[in-house]
Amino acid sequence: MNNIVRDTPLPQAGKAVGIETLGMTMRFGSFTALDNVSIRVPAGSFHALLGENGAGKSTLVKCIMGFYHATSGSLSVDGREVSVASPKDAATYGLGMVYQHFTLVPSLTGAENLVISRTAVPSVINWAKERKDLAAFMERMPFQIPLERPVSELAAGEKQKLEIVKQLYLGRSFLVLDEPTSVLTPAEADEMLGIVRGMTERGELTVLMISHKFHEVTKFADAVSILRRGKLVGTGKVGELSTAEMAAMMIGDVKLAELDSRLPVAEEAKSVLKVEQVKAPDRSGLKTIEIDSLTVRSGEIVGIAGISGNGQKELTEILAGQRPTDRGTVTVNGESYGATRPETRRNNVRFIPEEPLQNACAPKMTVSENLAFRTFDLKSDGKDAIWLNKGEMKKRASSLISDFKVKTASSSSPIAALSGGNVQRAVLARELTGDVDLLIVSNPCFGLDFSAVAEIRARIMRARNSGTAVLLLSEDLDELLEMSDRIMVISEGRLVYETPIRAADIGVIGAHMAGHH
Amino acid sequence: MEDTGIGLWGVPLAIFAGAIRVSTPFIFVSLGETITERSGRINLGLEGTLVFGAMTAYAVAVMTGSPTLGVLAAMATGAMFGTIHGWICKWPKVNDIAIGIAMMQFGLGLAFFLGKSFIQPVAPKLPSIPLGSWSAVPQVQAALNINVLFFIGAALALFLWWAFKNTRVGLILRVVGDSTDAARAMGISPDRVRLLATAAGGSLAAIGGAYLSLYYPGSWNEGISSGQGLMAVALVIFARWNPIGCFLAALLFGGAGALGPALQSVGVTQGYYLFYAAPYVLTLIILIATSSPTRALAGAPGALSLTK
Repeated sequence: MNNIVRDTPLPQAGKAVGIETLGMTMRFGSFTALDNVSIRVPAGSFHALLGENGAGKSTLVKCIMGFYHATSGSLSVDGREVSVASPKDAATYGLGMVYQHFTLVPSLTGAENLVISRTAVPSVINWAKERKDLAAFMERMPFQIPLERPVSELAAGEKQKLEIVKQLYLGRSFLVLDEPTSVLTPAEADEMLGIVRGMTERGELTVLMISHKFHEVTKFADAVSILRRGKLVGTGKVGELSTAEMAAMMIGDVKLAELDSRLPVAEEAKSVLKVEQVKAPDRSGLKTIEIDSLTVRSGEIVGIAGISGNGQKELTEILAGQRPTDRGTVTVNGESYGATRPETRRNNVRFIPEEPLQNACAPKMTVSENLAFRTFDLKSDGKDAIWLNKGEMKKRASSLISDFKVKTASSSSPIAALSGGNVQRAVLARELTGDVDLLIVSNPCFGLDFSAVAEIRARIMRARNSGTAVLLLSEDLDELLEMSDRIMVISEGRLVYETPIRAADIGVIGAHMAGHH
Repeated sequence: MEDTGIGLWGVPLAIFAGAIRVSTPFIFVSLGETITERSGRINLGLEGTLVFGAMTAYAVAVMTGSPTLGVLAAMATGAMFGTIHGWICKWPKVNDIAIGIAMMQFGLGLAFFLGKSFIQPVAPKLPSIPLGSWSAVPQVQAALNINVLFFIGAALALFLWWAFKNTRVGLILRVVGDSTDAARAMGISPDRVRLLATAAGGSLAAIGGAYLSLYYPGSWNEGISSGQGLMAVALVIFARWNPIGCFLAALLFGGAGALGPALQSVGVTQGYYLFYAAPYVLTLIILIATSSPTRALAGAPGALSLTK
């Protein structure tokens, strides 16, 4: 790759470069994903890119990074027009990207990950020398990361920092950060973005950050560009745009579903779910999940906050009967509960796991069949059915589809063909129909756009107001603060903190999430 | 018999000797499979590769009179079998386990077909190093008469353990085995790395076969392998994809395999057939004891179809 003839001098490592797109347009067939977008990100600035899912943010950055070749338009780096045909080309101009999902190799140590990502690696690695070089490099970095441990043992915040460090190690001085804080605690996110912000202020780095979170944008970014349906609908200095203006530009004139006003939880509301002294091994088998006491009463939402991987998945598995426990009891409506089908049906327990397409659907079966999973084996009088009533299933599916505004070509398309938001709506339709005493929900709005999020939260709130006990596990603190009546924090497999919503303090919750308790 | 009898001491000595003698094919096959599995692919066809390697080594040794040439020829055919496996598996929707089983049957059938005429002739044996000349006891001398391939296998285990951490090729292999996406993002072609890793694994497995036909038991017939190629795959999982673990596990298996013959030789006449099953019982016990329905498999390469 050294023999490519270049018309522009390569930038120096460690000195920020600025970029500019001019009339960037990307068409996939007849669909225009990106329509004449011009943005300018000067060297040493921190620029935020806002937009709903499908607004064209990732198309734009993929065009900049050379994954896609724009149909028309051009890219300039430091004022000179360049052609970027591949991510490798982008790298030579100092452009790098940190993805939303980690691209580090989990079983390799941090040092191994850094060294192997270089373009030229010696065939026998002299670790003594590499360690010395890495230590000298880390001296200049504002991040502290243990490089000798396998990446799989690092916390999410450390992994995210290592991703950024890797880009800097490779000499990149313009970074695209794709929703960099989606897996971090508020404190980790603030620390990481603060450090990155400092680097831009010192002129070492230019950042283009894709984000959904307004408070991050207003706190850390200099300027913001907003995309909607592939078009640039607004751009400006952060101080000059209010959050409401930015939100309005992002979603356009769509009316969002509003939350019902919250009914007070009755004093005498009966407790529906009771988990006591439960202990179970976690996925690695090295740690245990120990839930001393968890109660969810009728008509309240209990939110479980925590960084992903602290036992949320195991807790939902215990409640869904997928993980055997060593000791302890789970009771629903006063009787012992083992999540068998008869018990689930008798107690009206409903369950919406995360990634519902994989965990709560049979992806290749039709929408109407998936909607019937709770009821297909019952006759209308409640007795066991032997023959399926296809006509009834279809009729029921059509009414649920229109009730819950599921967008699907037909009730007989495979459910895997639906978009994420519509799969979530379909699962919600199945789980929230009929009497529901207990609803267990895990990350219901992950990766969905504004209108779907508003709709789903409104549905859950309505269920709560009609007396359902809701256990909501979420990695999104804003969601928990908006929805919950009580918030508990899970950390290393234990519930370590509990607060009623009116006394909730995001700083205290964040500290407990990070393990300071 | 009086002057050479060492009584019950013969049992541990026989287990020690057996551990070394029987373990060598296990060492090579499991090291080969470790390389392949560390790249994210499983080659279940190594049993076929092993038997074909045994046949090739024997035939070439008979024809040329050189056992070393036999081993090299076996390595070449083993690499070829691995290449075929790796080449087929690069196509989408091809399952490496199914292809492995097909390749195993193919290798066995082809070896028996081409090897018919070599059952009669006698091939020269691989050389061994007499380390027991200091002792006057013939059993000790026999036990310490160790084949060169054993030492090569031990050195190879150490080398691979070092190479996985300290060489570019080793790191690339681990990257590909752990995350296909990360490998692609680095500009590495996972299919190519896996093809080469499967070829390397095949050629090592064939050395295991050559050892069977050219040293112990040291003849070519259709019953030459007692499933070493298959057991080695289980061994790799038991050893958690660690080359040194593979070496030690192979010794353990070899020792267990020598239990039956050793007991028979000291005059246990009843039930010793039960002890012939010791390695297989041991496999079952170890795999059951180290598995768990609620835990993820530690140390497993992330891209392996076993763990996906």
